[in-house]
Amino acid sequence: MSSETPVLDQDGMQRALTRVAHEVVEQNPDAEIALVGVQRRGAVLARRIHPLLEELHGREIPIGDVDISLYRDDVASRPAAPVVHATHLDFPVAGKTVVIVDDVLYTGRTVRAAIDAVFAFGRPAQIKLAVLCDRGHRELPIRPDHVGKNIPTAHDDRVNVSVVEIDGNDSVVIASR
Amino acid sequence: MKDLISIDQLGRAGIERILARANEVSQVASREVQKVPALRGRLVANLFYEASTRTTSSFELAAKRLSADVITLRASGSSVEKGESLKDTITTLSAYSPAAIVLRHPCAGAAALVAGWTDAAVINAGDGAHAHPTQALLDVHTLVNRIGDLTGKRIWIVGDIAHSRVARSSAVAFGLMGARVTLCGPPTLLPPGIGAALGCETSTSLERLGEADVVYGLRMQLERMEGVAIPSLREYSSYYMIDSGRLSSNQLVMHPGPVNRGVEISGAVVDGPHSLISEQVASGVAIRMAVLFELLAGGDVSKQHHETVMA
Repeated sequence: MSSETPVLDQDGMQRALTRVAHEVVEQNPDAEIALVGVQRRGAVLARRIHPLLEELHGREIPIGDVDISLYRDDVASRPAAPVVHATHLDFPVAGKTVVIVDDVLYTGRTVRAAIDAVFAFGRPAQIKLAVLCDRGHRELPIRPDHVGKNIPTAHDDRVNVSVVEIDGNDSVVIASR
Repeated sequence: MKDLISIDQLGRAGIERILARANEVSQVASREVQKVPALRGRLVANLFYEASTRTTSSFELAAKRLSADVITLRASGSSVEKGESLKDTITTLSAYSPAAIVLRHPCAGAAALVAGWTDAAVINAGDGAHAHPTQALLDVHTLVNRIGDLTGKRIWIVGDIAHSRVARSSAVAFGLMGARVTLCGPPTLLPPGIGAALGCETSTSLERLGEADVVYGLRMQLERMEGVAIPSLREYSSYYMIDSGRLSSNQLVMHPGPVNRGVEISGAVVDGPHSLISEQVASGVAIRMAVLFELLAGGDVSKQHHETVMA
């Protein structure tokens, strides 16, 4: 039997993102921050918090996104070659505090791939991780620096994040099997 | 799709999918680290029974940009010279467990044959006068990136049609993308019925060359000219060489290389502003990365020991 449990609605998502933006600026007051979203929903969330982040930080923050398909560790074990989305990183990452933004943190494998992707463009001073939801069940020694919402889940639950820009609405839902 | 043998198996949708992939992977070359780990730890074996510069080097570079390991075997200087059969060579090569075999062979049908002998993905890098699908893909990629939609565009492929696998593959690919293709060459190098077989018009003279949006010159394959197909190269050039006198300023020029300057195309045209020849070479790496990724990423699901979910 499957059931869906709503976790965040539009307002909840907005509040969570706002808190993340404040945290990023408070904890990195003097850093040269750069924002990198993970394609595709992480990239959307990065673009959402970008204006607020610039306002709070009081300076320009470069923003880009990475597609991690070419950096995955499971390329050979998936049924078909994944669609590769564009990677846009048109600023030098060297010396920056790069904040990676993603929608859901789960095993940590996507984040590992995103870190590798950022390193292909240069050597940042630091890399931080901001996520909308942390659902646990890490398989790698990776932890988030900024979390919008912690969600306890079972291993076989699915956490579905929808964003207006792609899915037509804002929501986070746990689908249990 | 296990193998890439000819362009027909892709269809328009397949061509467009690979072009889109090529555009994304081509970004890798502009990064500080010109390499991604997508195919790390997998072996790509190039097996070349004919001379090649840009196809071997671009397949090698494409595999390396995706972090695959590469070995390249050429017929000259290998056990093939000592009389080893194609089948034995493939059996030997298979013992190294390659993920892909890139094959160039003088006999049409060689790649399809090899595909049945091995579990590796087989990529046809030219089999006799039959097919050269990655060349066709990079030609379409180059042209679409320059002029956009090919629907209704007129493309003239000029020269040694008879011996050309490039003409066969690229004419089909251009046609699938909506272009109108004319094959042009001396009657002795234009096999009867080839127009109908490939869905192209044919011409034995350059008189109507002015209607072409794109002029695609083919190399005179001197090493394949058995018997006397043309009286002399000088006579060929006087009737069929693509030079500035025969071109207008709005026509683009392509050529698969290597170029015989002053035979099928003049040096001034090769180096001129309408030449897409260097773009074709650059596209070659991107297209071969896209094809390797398409065939090698995504494995046999039945072989999976456990599913790893990434989120």
